[in-house]
Amino acid sequence: MAKILKRERLVPNIHLLKVHAPKIAQKCKPGQFVIIMPDERGERIPLTVADWDKKEGSITTVVMVVGTSTHKLARLKSGDEVPVFVGPLGKPSEIEKFGTVICAGGCFGIGAIYPVARAMKEAGNRVITLIDVKANYLLYWEDKLREVSDEVYISARDSYYDCKNYIPKVLGEILKDKKRVDRVFSVGCTYLMYTCAEATRAYGIKTLVALNPIMVDGTGMCGACRVSVDGRTKFACVDGPEFDGHLVDWEELFSRRKTYFDDEIESLCYWERENFP
Amino acid sequence: MAEKNALSPEVKERLRKGFSEDWRKELRKSIPAKERMKMRRQKMPEREPEERNKDFHEVNLGLNEKAAVREAQRCLDCANPQCILGCPVGIDIPAFIKLIEIGDFVQSVRKIKETNSLPAICGRVCPQESQCEAVCTTKKATGVSVAIGNLERFASDYERIKGEVYIPSIPPSTGHKVAIIGAGPAGLTAAGDLAMKGHQVTIFEALHEAGGVLVYGIPEFRLPKGILQSEVDYLKKLGVELRTNFIVGLTATIDDLKREGFEAFFIGSGAGLPSFMRIPGENLVGVYSANEYLTRVNLMRAYAFPKYDTPVYLGKRAAVIGGGNVAMDSVRTAQRLGAEKATIVYRRSLVEMPARVEEVKHAEEEGIEFHFLTAPVRYIGDDKGRVRAMECIQMRLGEPDSSGRRRPVPIEGSEFTMEVDLVVVAIGQSPNPLIPQTTPQLKVGKWGNIEVDWDTMATSMEGVYAGGDIIRGGATVILAMGDARIAADSIHQYLSNKKRK
Repeated sequence: MAKILKRERLVPNIHLLKVHAPKIAQKCKPGQFVIIMPDERGERIPLTVADWDKKEGSITTVVMVVGTSTHKLARLKSGDEVPVFVGPLGKPSEIEKFGTVICAGGCFGIGAIYPVARAMKEAGNRVITLIDVKANYLLYWEDKLREVSDEVYISARDSYYDCKNYIPKVLGEILKDKKRVDRVFSVGCTYLMYTCAEATRAYGIKTLVALNPIMVDGTGMCGACRVSVDGRTKFACVDGPEFDGHLVDWEELFSRRKTYFDDEIESLCYWERENFP
Repeated sequence: MAEKNALSPEVKERLRKGFSEDWRKELRKSIPAKERMKMRRQKMPEREPEERNKDFHEVNLGLNEKAAVREAQRCLDCANPQCILGCPVGIDIPAFIKLIEIGDFVQSVRKIKETNSLPAICGRVCPQESQCEAVCTTKKATGVSVAIGNLERFASDYERIKGEVYIPSIPPSTGHKVAIIGAGPAGLTAAGDLAMKGHQVTIFEALHEAGGVLVYGIPEFRLPKGILQSEVDYLKKLGVELRTNFIVGLTATIDDLKREGFEAFFIGSGAGLPSFMRIPGENLVGVYSANEYLTRVNLMRAYAFPKYDTPVYLGKRAAVIGGGNVAMDSVRTAQRLGAEKATIVYRRSLVEMPARVEEVKHAEEEGIEFHFLTAPVRYIGDDKGRVRAMECIQMRLGEPDSSGRRRPVPIEGSEFTMEVDLVVVAIGQSPNPLIPQTTPQLKVGKWGNIEVDWDTMATSMEGVYAGGDIIRGGATVILAMGDARIAADSIHQYLSNKKRK
């Protein structure tokens, strides 16, 4: 059992979850993830680590509420316990001095991008962070990201920020301005990562994407998370989660992520009926 | 791979002593061997196929006391029992059977537990017909072996149901800390053996429940979870500590654990990445590895969706690729989850199938279809990326290959299409990559298996031993347990020598 130290709503539908996990906090590196189960009946859900504190022995993640198990996570209170909180899983991000690095994140990825941006900055890179939100009221952690970035661009679908736009357009404009960019790192929903990879393809800039396929055990046993990369099947939990976005079979990933679309709705309806009659 | 084919002199001596005990002599005389050989093998009572193929309750019901005694009488208690050699953990089979014959069921299970901490599991899932029962003297004489597995199951069930689980006396603590990595059949066995020697044993398990393949892989209808739970509880009573949700290699490395005071290690981290055939369409929605399919249903309880959150794809026309026990478990699971047609697609023929005879028989009775000498060549998806059909090719058997089985050869032009909406690929897996990836000092073979000295199960790292699928790739529960017994002996030796230094 792992104790919840804090659960707060960052913005509508996105929650911060800080969990007591001293061993994981000792080992955790940017780009890794944990698997959590909200209760004995829940699913095993992979969550990218958004921050950690070795002294406090805590791991912070950012959760977007989608299906039943994430709804359950969003209702946790500090002091509650979850039966599974295991990690750190996956290979850490490759952090070194590349030069100029763009970190692009959207929705839960705004949190997930933070440790990577921080580590890239610490490694001596010039860090440009792109944050994507649907609307201004969905923005969080702007301050945290500004602290570890040289430049921050925010794109949104409303006119509130720098540009009423979507992240790849911002990315494309930066690249078009012939600013030298050595590496792009993108995390968020599949569509965001896909479009970021497409935006950089013509420029041949290595673009890493932190893929989020469906997982079960997360330890290289079940093969649920397989993705085709450069024509070969890879297992995101042990070979990834980061892959070269220019080599990922995106169409396959989109369809595999939708495997349980109907089941997820059925599950949520069942859970609502049971808990909020 | 080294298999044990000779008993050590001490074991031989112990068996001889048991054999010449007065009560055994008298018992042998009480029914002449000729009479014993005339007796028919007691049938394992099982639920009706039409009833059992709709739920997940256990298929076999177990022998009753009378049938068990009758079956035990079939054992000739021969002078040169081969069955013990056929058992990877070397159970004193004649002794426990004769204890059943005289009705001392409690002593019988204690006899088994001298060498096997998990008899209720082995009695259910071991391939006895190719091990102890294959070399049974009664079989040589009459053609039908003593039902050793069914008797093992009977004795252990008797003890559990009567609630008289016996906790052997454990020697005083040696003060040595041993870490067991993985709570599967190998890890549980090594933990039991080492705890009985007085060592302080901690099992580290990556998943949230102990059991490894016994909990995520083998379905309830073959091995009820309650049985596994009581075997795990038994180990806890022996003083074994279980730490779930702890991935050695990631949460802490072997070196970290050394710093925490662990002196010896047993790696039983089991199966890893599932194998696929690398044919087009394998990543379509609805194509599963057996590991994922069974894990969703067993460990995550997808059979009780939506009460449990984890879903599984429910196919109406299910095809399972492969001919082993995992394939049988998968296809029978698919049928129980509502598939109207559930088919095994296997590239060789019935006689080459590696599955236990009983599993194949049960599957046939339950209405599973078998397509022998058939292999898929590609999967065909619909516009949503979901599998809708499978193109297959027919095979014929050619010359024997390195495994001694005849090699399947495709017959050109024999392609045909089968409509399917669920495919489970059950063709094996490679060893789990996490420990090799995170422990660079460990010598690893070309299949990703940890290399060991087969006599001691020692790895290339001092004080670190390994067994089960992590060294074999894909084997059976009992072979994993056999490895674990050897490793536990070696670890005990290692720690005893260390103490003397």
